[in-house]
Amino acid sequence: MKKLASIRYVIVSILILIAIWQLAFTVSTYSPALFPSPFMALQALVEMIQDGTLIASIGASMYRFVIGYGLSVIIAVFLGLILGSLPKVFNYVNPTLQLLRPISPTAWMPFVVLLFGIGNLPAIVIIFISAFFPVLLSTVSAVNKIDDIYFRVSDNFGIKQPALMWKVILPAAFPQIANAIHLALGSAWIFLVAGEMVGAQSGLGYQIIDARNNIRADILLATIFVIGFIGLLLDFLIGLLEKRILRAWGGEN
Amino acid sequence: MSYIHIENAGKTFSENGVEFTSLANVNLDIEKGEFICLLGPSGCGKSTLLNAIAGFDLANHGSIKIDGKEVTAPSTKNVTIFQNYGLLPWRTVIKNVELGLEAKVKDKAARREQAVKYLKMVKLDNFANSFPRQLSGGMKQRVAIARALAVEPDIIFMDEPFGALDAITRMKLQDDILDICKNEKKTIIFVTHDIEEAVYLADRIVVMTPNPGTVKGIITVPLHHFRDRTSGDFLLVRDKIFDLLNMKIEETIEYTI
Repeated sequence: MKKLASIRYVIVSILILIAIWQLAFTVSTYSPALFPSPFMALQALVEMIQDGTLIASIGASMYRFVIGYGLSVIIAVFLGLILGSLPKVFNYVNPTLQLLRPISPTAWMPFVVLLFGIGNLPAIVIIFISAFFPVLLSTVSAVNKIDDIYFRVSDNFGIKQPALMWKVILPAAFPQIANAIHLALGSAWIFLVAGEMVGAQSGLGYQIIDARNNIRADILLATIFVIGFIGLLLDFLIGLLEKRILRAWGGEN
Repeated sequence: MSYIHIENAGKTFSENGVEFTSLANVNLDIEKGEFICLLGPSGCGKSTLLNAIAGFDLANHGSIKIDGKEVTAPSTKNVTIFQNYGLLPWRTVIKNVELGLEAKVKDKAARREQAVKYLKMVKLDNFANSFPRQLSGGMKQRVAIARALAVEPDIIFMDEPFGALDAITRMKLQDDILDICKNEKKTIIFVTHDIEEAVYLADRIVVMTPNPGTVKGIITVPLHHFRDRTSGDFLLVRDKIFDLLNMKIEETIEYTI
């Protein structure tokens, strides 16, 4: 019943969005080529699915996303666990991190394109940067917040590094790390599109630029909704994974 | 020399340049197999003394020796049981009990067998695959006791282990711990602020008073297990402790008169 109800919320919510769009289309004085109706966008979507461009774009984007986000999370968590365990070293690293953190990942874009050229790499680098700092800093703070009693117990039972890291530190810090990984997924997906708009010749971000160049607003809007939909799906999947790990580690149901 | 030999042990902190003595001039000898209670109000340094013997926060005056060796760090031969259990919430009950064995016993099956044995001793073998959050406070503390016993330690340190439990559960666990002691013959140092608990459990009670934390007196409990909480002898020992703890108040009363 609960599931059915939540499906109802989703359908009604999206129907309202489409209705507003349709209404705006009806009253607007713009040419339909510049401001298409929901139905025109749907037709464009079907067209993209049929000629295979959508699948190719999603494939290119997902490839970059998985590599950029995956590497970023793995390296950030790994470094975070180490830096969190070495507060004296972290004191030296932290100022640099705080300097780099507020820089928008897109600010690096021209530099990255100059360095690596157009292709997969710029988008991957942008995604990497966008996820890296929040996950790293959250991991460090999660390690610092671990209850001292776990270290006393480990000390008492002779658990030393490196076993201490994966037996105690990682699972103790995991709930907060998982939260950061989850949030970073959203921003990484946002910056993937930005990265592909500037630094790539394929993918969903590029498809938006391409549609603009061809004055195909219907394709453009259809692509935007596909991006939103995939973002939602990724968020749902990582939420599922997060819950599963937390449950396996004795967290809340 | 006795098994645990404490000579002039003291601990001072310095906070904002002000020196603060939390423990001063403690002399205490403990024999193997004794059940010692450190009893006193909060701030009397009983936990400080326990942590110093256990090696977590070392004393900075005098010396504390176990089996002739100066204490410098926590030892795997002596296990501490904490008031808030110290169970790892991401491990099942059985994996928690195995924790201490992982550094010692390499064979997985042997480890499991040992853990199950002690889990049975605390009557929690039916909960082997539960997570700590699914257990009550008393059950959690029994898991911690099983985990401590599983490594077959020489000394068990208990820092107000039943402090967070309700009175009835607490009495049950007191019986359990006496039972286990009788069978396992461990040296136990038990911190508490509950006078009855101390009289019920201890062979000797070290009564401590605050400002600075010192040993006021040591009372030998001439009762045998099991003890009747309402017997005359029990009350007599209790009265002795009241005397020791009240002395200071009587002095101040004299002043006010």
